[in-house]
Amino acid sequence: MSKRLWIALALGVVSGGIGLFGLVDRFANGHIHANYGSGIPWALWVVFYIFFIGLSAGAFLISSLVYVFGVHRFERVGRLAVFTALICLVTALSFIWLDLGHMFRAYRTIISPNFRSPMAWMMWLYSAYFLILLGEGWFLMRRDFAAARTNGGLRGTILGVLALGTPAGGDEERRRDLRVVRILGTIGVPVAVAFHGGVGALFAVLASRPYWNTGLFPVMFLISALASGGALLTAITQLLFNRDGSLDEVVRELGRLVLLFLFVDIIMEIAEGLVSLYPSSPAHRVPFQEQMFGPYWWTFWILGLGMALLGPAILLFAKRRSPRWIGVVSLITVIGFVGVRWNIVLPGFANELIPGLRAAYVEPKLSAVYNPSAMEWLVAAGAIGAAFVLFVVGAWLFPLLPGGRAAAADKRAPRSDRSLEMVQEAE
Amino acid sequence: MKTLNLDVMAVMDRDLRRALTKPAEKRRWSMVIDLQRCIGCEACTVACKAENKTPPGVAYNVVIEGEVGTYPNVRRRFLPRPCMQCAKPPCVTVCPVSATYRRPDGVVVIDYEECIGCRYCLNACPYGARYFDSGEFYTEGTPRVEQYEQTVTRDVADELGREWRRVAGRESSPVGNARKCHYCLHRLENGALPACVVTCLGRARYFGDLSDPESLVAKLVADERVGRLKEELGTEPQTYYLF
Repeated sequence: MSKRLWIALALGVVSGGIGLFGLVDRFANGHIHANYGSGIPWALWVVFYIFFIGLSAGAFLISSLVYVFGVHRFERVGRLAVFTALICLVTALSFIWLDLGHMFRAYRTIISPNFRSPMAWMMWLYSAYFLILLGEGWFLMRRDFAAARTNGGLRGTILGVLALGTPAGGDEERRRDLRVVRILGTIGVPVAVAFHGGVGALFAVLASRPYWNTGLFPVMFLISALASGGALLTAITQLLFNRDGSLDEVVRELGRLVLLFLFVDIIMEIAEGLVSLYPSSPAHRVPFQEQMFGPYWWTFWILGLGMALLGPAILLFAKRRSPRWIGVVSLITVIGFVGVRWNIVLPGFANELIPGLRAAYVEPKLSAVYNPSAMEWLVAAGAIGAAFVLFVVGAWLFPLLPGGRAAAADKRAPRSDRSLEMVQEAE
Repeated sequence: MKTLNLDVMAVMDRDLRRALTKPAEKRRWSMVIDLQRCIGCEACTVACKAENKTPPGVAYNVVIEGEVGTYPNVRRRFLPRPCMQCAKPPCVTVCPVSATYRRPDGVVVIDYEECIGCRYCLNACPYGARYFDSGEFYTEGTPRVEQYEQTVTRDVADELGREWRRVAGRESSPVGNARKCHYCLHRLENGALPACVVTCLGRARYFGDLSDPESLVAKLVADERVGRLKEELGTEPQTYYLF
């Protein structure tokens, strides 16, 4: 395992360890120490939920470029994209799970859903998506699992079990597996578009909150998913895996892709902002002003515009030849997107539903002033830490970069050990 | 008609008893609030707290206060806000597990056993009439957490009339659930008017069965002053106001 993966693991363990205190509090005391409630029903964890689900959808859609649309430029990171999508999905769902008032009733969204609710649709689509990701990952790597069995050791043993009796097989078998992956990916694309556009719609259908109630939301969610998910994949590829420079070109290509999505995302933000700020209805204007000049102004200007959108767009263009820059800028983009997500959820509460409603009955949990509590931050740190640990374990266990590990170790890597996707390309 | 000589309370009592002789699905509970008669005393808010023992962060009924005009022509304005019991409730549509629904008599209720606590309905309600029970107690930190806060004996938002025990921090319903005004269903079914109605000092609140043309509320909604909040959203509230 590389030094950088060890650093990621250490970060994950520390963050997860600190986060345990929050999780204990969450399970022991429920929502008592949370600052969301009747006044601000959705808050920090919903922000992180849409943040991670966006990362997942974005990473997955980029993997589909390889496996569905045959864009071979990205095939070296195809598996990595699928795996990243899986980890981000699990993280997103754990955030929203912890947010529920009755966590152990979550399964009811599956067994007794109300399909008039976008949220019920989400749970069904996430379940389908989860299975697709597992299936894709397995069919992509099962021949390598089988091959690794012969290597022995802990890794070989685990992978041998995960191969579920698959024989190592040759090129022909791998080609067949890739066909299955292509079918799964083809199903996955509309599913991913549906669930992430759907998360946008989940907010947008609420006529009660004009800030969310816009047809642009589902589209914006998709575009910003591609931008943030693409940035995450770029950052991971460059910062964790591109030690020998063999992925330089992939990183440059990914950087270009992220730049394109950022560009479209910025146009959407401008469209939304101009229409909202035009002196018309305060229902639209007040939330936008709140995010720009309210107490959390910095999430808009510094995190959102500076780190996630305009800043990285400029840097990705100016430094488009340097994989190092692209990697670092992408990481900053991902972090900045937390601010973008914050400003999707919280400004929705800037308007009073009825003027004077908030002053009518004053209690802490009814307050419209929201600052995440220590418990909320700790739980977030715990969930994100767990995501880091899971990712590093996966990166150690799975052959995520076909050809990468083997090729670096052995320049005469046998064909079957190299990118199996290349086999298909040669067809 | 003799009705004219009767106190409105007596009229509403009579209306209520008549409605209870009908099958439940033929009733349509409705409230009319005369804003000209509201004096902003908050008796309804307090009565609701006492009746439904709503915990911190939950207030089924509130009175929104405002000021209109400029000095010296200033007037205080009050808007009591219970649940609107919408005929087309957006909170019901968005519930992922159908835990909240509109009863045949028009009251929108929550099945505490089904609710997963996602708070989607809180965001969907255009009137801010839904609340989240975070599991807090007013008497927490005092020598004793009072029994009345722990047992929601009369808050039967479902037909079964179950009793609910609130336990601090536990995922024990109604803690962790959405909560809302239900026109004091438990009182209605025992022949009593909602707590906010009987306590109203200004006699500003009227309650009854809208499907009964003889009822007081049916006559009041024919008044020219009648209106509903946020009519443009198409929620069709069953709580009417006389402006």
